Amino acid sequence: MHLLETKDLGIVFGGLQALNELHMVVDDGEIVGLIGPNGAGKTTVFNLLTGVYVPSGGAIHLEGNSILGKKPYQINRIGIARTFQNIRLFKNMTVADNIKVAMNQNMKYKSLTAMLRLPPYWRQEREVDKKARELLRIFDMEDTADQTAANLPYGQQRKLEILRALASQPKLLLLDEPAAGMNPTETKDLMATIRDIRDRFNVAILLIEHDMSLVMNVCERLYVLDYGTLIAQGPPEEIRKNEKVIAAYLGC
Amino acid sequence: MTAFRKKIATNYIINAILVAILFVVLVILINTGVISRYNTGILTLVCINVILAVSLNLVTGILGQLVLGHAGFMLVGAYASSLFTLNSNLPLEISFPISLILAGMVSAVFGFVIGIPALRLRGDYLAIITLGFGEIIRVVSYNLKITNGSMGLSGMGTLSNRENPSPMFIYAFLIAVVVIVIMFTFGRSRHGRAVISIREDEIAAESMGINTVYYKLFAFVLAAFIAGVAGGIYAHHIQMIDPAKFDFNRSVEILIMVVLGGMGSITGSVISASVLTALPEWLREFSQYRMVLYSAILIIVMLFRPSGLLGRNEISVPKILANIKKRIANKKVPSDAKEE
Repeated sequence: MHLLETKDLGIVFGGLQALNELHMVVDDGEIVGLIGPNGAGKTTVFNLLTGVYVPSGGAIHLEGNSILGKKPYQINRIGIARTFQNIRLFKNMTVADNIKVAMNQNMKYKSLTAMLRLPPYWRQEREVDKKARELLRIFDMEDTADQTAANLPYGQQRKLEILRALASQPKLLLLDEPAAGMNPTETKDLMATIRDIRDRFNVAILLIEHDMSLVMNVCERLYVLDYGTLIAQGPPEEIRKNEKVIAAYLGC
Repeated sequence: MTAFRKKIATNYIINAILVAILFVVLVILINTGVISRYNTGILTLVCINVILAVSLNLVTGILGQLVLGHAGFMLVGAYASSLFTLNSNLPLEISFPISLILAGMVSAVFGFVIGIPALRLRGDYLAIITLGFGEIIRVVSYNLKITNGSMGLSGMGTLSNRENPSPMFIYAFLIAVVVIVIMFTFGRSRHGRAVISIREDEIAAESMGINTVYYKLFAFVLAAFIAGVAGGIYAHHIQMIDPAKFDFNRSVEILIMVVLGGMGSITGSVISASVLTALPEWLREFSQYRMVLYSAILIIVMLFRPSGLLGRNEISVPKILANIKKRIANKKVPSDAKEE
């Protein structure tokens, strides 16, 4: 059984077929890339997988169970977490609180317990605080825990978004252009971290990226989209030589 | 961590002591007649408006949804509690607290019913729907028999009298304290974080596993409940209610208190609600100019502090004390250095 499997997945916006009969599988612990020229429908795939859009046709299965019709928050709870192309942090909250929001689903105390400040509140808050700081340590960001998220430099904001997604304990992590706006050194660091995250958290990663050095180095398999249609799939070496892919990127 | 917890505990104790002192002093001053009955009435009104402003702040400041019909919930609460005390045979001492709970619950039901359609959507639909609700509920109460039309309800009776002028103030003050405490403890819990995350970015919140519809409804219904309770106290404080008292202007008045104090700042709401309630009353001597001054203050604050007096910050006495301590310590250090 595959971790994630889509069959004939498609969506139509008005008269535009934004995505057409996508077959895609992701297995446990894999790092898979989703590439394609601008407007190919990559982010649309993410929005379909996370329940933001409802597909016009086809099926999405996570560990064999259909996730069609589930709301984004329900899909997050059963194991798919994502980051966004344009960073969407909770800007006026602290860095630690950003992460704690994603941990909310695993906290149990009731609102009355919180209002009366009963022991379960203290115990669970302490636990979650510790966990949040541990997560921050992965990116050496533990000093920033009490800062406001908006005050972080750009690179750290991207990292925080990844950490926040990890905090919800996903089985599948969707990264939407994690290296966007990063310089070559930062991108290199990011490659190492993506592998590290996969090993440490035992998650499968599906990532959209335009930086080919990152994609070719990190991903084990690639899917290439163009105008909403899958034009190629396979290991990076094959994709590099694939004529259709070259044509799509060069536009001839 | 234990040190951290100890610090929180001392902060709680300091705040509790300060509130208790304020409460005891005010009650003594009222009972001894130092604060006149007129001023006691204003103080009670201050507490009622604090309750309203803080509850509106939960939705407008913390959840980030505009509400333009808060007076509508107040109206529901006021009529619900008045009808209960007028029609029950219990003595007011018993029926009044029950009527307040009832007022909150009826108001919460209204909040739930109008919140469901509005809060399932993203965007400012809640503003329009609550605006409509505020107007509809007012017009309806003009025309119903049970609400006695435009005559309104009167003769509710009040707990305060010439010999014992403080009970209504005590009720209003204690409920205001409870509401403020609830707002603080709620805001710093997992539920509060979820609500704030919706204000910050609804799409991101939902994709992080936050059930946004649930939390939006939760905050809105809680605010409606509290507004209903405030309406109940208000009705028994002035003992005469009619629909005109709960019009759109009243809603805007509460909204102004929230905006002026700082959206998302509870202490800001408390301060601005207190000042904006007391100021027009105390300025009655300059009757011609008082509304001019009132609007001038609003304009000046909005010009120089567009995010409200406190923005999203909170005033905390322990923090101020810590700052003072730090300053004293800092002053000592250089003088020590000189001696060396």
